[in-house]
Amino acid sequence: MKKMLNVALPKGRLGEKVYNMFEKAGFECPSIKENNRKLIFENEETMVRYFWVKPSDVAIYVERGAADIGVAGKDILLEYEPEVYELLDLDLGKCRMAVAAKKDFRDNPQKTLRVATKFTNIAQQYYMSKGRDIDIIHLNGSIEIAPILDLSDVIVDIVETGTTLKENNLEVFETIVPISARLIANKSSYIFKNEQITKIAEEISKQLEA
Amino acid sequence: MNTPEFALNYSEKVIFKLRSLYSKCGYSPYRMSKFEEYDLYAHNKDFLISDSIITFTDTNGKLMALKPDVTLSIIKNSKDTPMSVQKVYYNENVYRISKGTHSFKEIMQVGLECFGDVDIYNTSEVLSLACKSLKAISVNSVLYISHLGILTSVFDAFNIPSYARQNILKLISEKNTHELNKICAEIELDDSKTEIIKNIINTSGDKASVLPYLYNLLSDLDCKESIDELSQILNTLDDSDDMIKIDFSVVSDTHYYNTIVFKGFIEGIPSSVLSGGQYDKLMEKMKRKSKAIGFAVYLDMLERLDNIESDCDVDVVAIYGANTNPTTVSSTVSEIHKKGLSVLACKNIPDNLKFKEIVNLIEREVNTDEENA
Repeated sequence: MKKMLNVALPKGRLGEKVYNMFEKAGFECPSIKENNRKLIFENEETMVRYFWVKPSDVAIYVERGAADIGVAGKDILLEYEPEVYELLDLDLGKCRMAVAAKKDFRDNPQKTLRVATKFTNIAQQYYMSKGRDIDIIHLNGSIEIAPILDLSDVIVDIVETGTTLKENNLEVFETIVPISARLIANKSSYIFKNEQITKIAEEISKQLEA
Repeated sequence: MNTPEFALNYSEKVIFKLRSLYSKCGYSPYRMSKFEEYDLYAHNKDFLISDSIITFTDTNGKLMALKPDVTLSIIKNSKDTPMSVQKVYYNENVYRISKGTHSFKEIMQVGLECFGDVDIYNTSEVLSLACKSLKAISVNSVLYISHLGILTSVFDAFNIPSYARQNILKLISEKNTHELNKICAEIELDDSKTEIIKNIINTSGDKASVLPYLYNLLSDLDCKESIDELSQILNTLDDSDDMIKIDFSVVSDTHYYNTIVFKGFIEGIPSSVLSGGQYDKLMEKMKRKSKAIGFAVYLDMLERLDNIESDCDVDVVAIYGANTNPTTVSSTVSEIHKKGLSVLACKNIPDNLKFKEIVNLIEREVNTDEENA
C-alpha cells in the first residue's frame, strides 16, 4: 500500500518555484495554490502532503522524520550538518557564502580576526582549514553593521547580489562556498518510501537536465 | 517470577528479548563500571560519535569519564585472544551530547562484541543477530550493509589522495552525486572514474542484484577479494536475506573500521537504531593481535514505536479510611493482584488519576459495622 509522502517546503518564492517542480514531477496538490493561511496541504490521489516551514527549519523536519523529503539551502546543511541524504542540487536560490569587510580592510595575521556571523560552524571550519585564529561573534541579523560599528573585522554571510554590502560600504573579500537549494531526504524514509522518493528525484533530475 | 506485561515499558521488553537472543548464541553478559579513565577516550576520540565527554577527578586524582562508549572499555578490559573467539553482550547506559539540546543525555544501549579469531562464520553470525535484533523490535526493518574494503580498493586504484578520501566518503554517505563532480575535478580524476564512484553511490539493493553488478562495475580494479568476502558472508547467513540491502551510504571512519559496516533502520523511527562493523584497525591501534566485530542497538528512540497508550494509570483504586484495619487493606490488594490487575491503595484519590474501578473499603467497613450492630 502506498504511504503518504510528507514534503517540507521553504516558505516564500523559492518554495513556490520548488512546488512547481514537484507538480511537474507528477506530485500535484492543487489546494496549495489556494489563497489562504493554511500551512498543510494534502492530496490523497497523489498521496502527497506538503507543508510550508521556515526555510532554516526544513532540515530539522527532514532529519527528525516529520518530513520524508524537503528542500533546504546548502548554507543550512553546512551549518547544522543534519544526518540526511542530499539527493539533488536544484540549481535554484543561487548565492554564495562569503567573507566581507569594509573596503579599506587589511587582514593583520598578528591579531585575532573578529568574525561576525549567523553561520558560526561554517565560519569556524573555514578559518580552521586556513589555520587562522578567530573570535566568533554570533549575531542573528543585520550582520552588515558589525564592521561599521567596529564590532568585528569581517562578516561571514550569504551574498546574493551584493547590493546590501555596497550600500553599507562593504565588499566581498573571499567566497567560501557557492550556495543553492538542495533536495534532501530522511535516511529512514528513503528506505521505507523508496519508490516515491526515487521517482520524485528522477523526475526532477530530468527537468534540471532539460 | 513472571513479570506482568503492564510492569514493563517497550524498551524493557526489547532488552529482555535481545538478551535472550544473544545468550542463545553463546554470548555471555558483560558488566562494567560506569566510569572509565579519560585517557582511553582521549587516545581514540575519532572512534567516538561525539568528542564531548563528562569528566570528573576521582579521589586518587585520576581524571575519569562517564562512559560515552562501551566497545573501547570492553576491548581495554579483555585479554587478547588471537587464537580463539570471545563473545560478549552488554546492556549499559552511555552518556553523549544530544544534537538537539546540546546537553548530555543518558542513552541505553544493548549490544554485542565478538573478538579474537573472527572468521566468515562469526561475521555472518553477528550480521544474523543484528537482523534478528531488528526483527525483535519490528518486522518492518532493514539492515544496510557496506564493505569499506571495496571503497578503499577503488580509492587506491584511482590514486585518490588521502585528503580527498574523507570528503568523498562523506558524499557517498549523503548519496550526493552532484558535488562529487566538483571534488573529482579538483583532484583531476577523469570522467570514467568519477562515473564509477557515482555508480557506487547509486548502488542499493539485495545481494542477488548488487553483487553481480559490483563484479562487473569493478572488474578492472583490484576489488575482487573484498567483493568475494562480502558475497561469502552474505551467502553464509541463515534466513535474514530478505532484510539485508547492500548500500554504500553506510560509512565509518576507515582508521578504525576496515571491512563490513552496517546500520539498521526501522519503519517509523527517523534515524538508524543499530550500528556496527568490523573494527580490526581499532584493535591494532590498541596493540591487539585479534580481530573484532560488534554492534549496538540504541534504545532511546524505541519509545516512538510504543503506540499502545494505556487508557488508565492504574486498574483499581482501593480507598481506605483512617480507621480501616491495615490487614483488610493488605488482603484486598492481594486479592486484586491475584486477578492480574494493578491497584493503588490510598486514603484520597490523587488529582487527575485515571482508573477503571474503585473499591471503597470505608463503605464496606460501615456496612459491616451496621450488619454487626
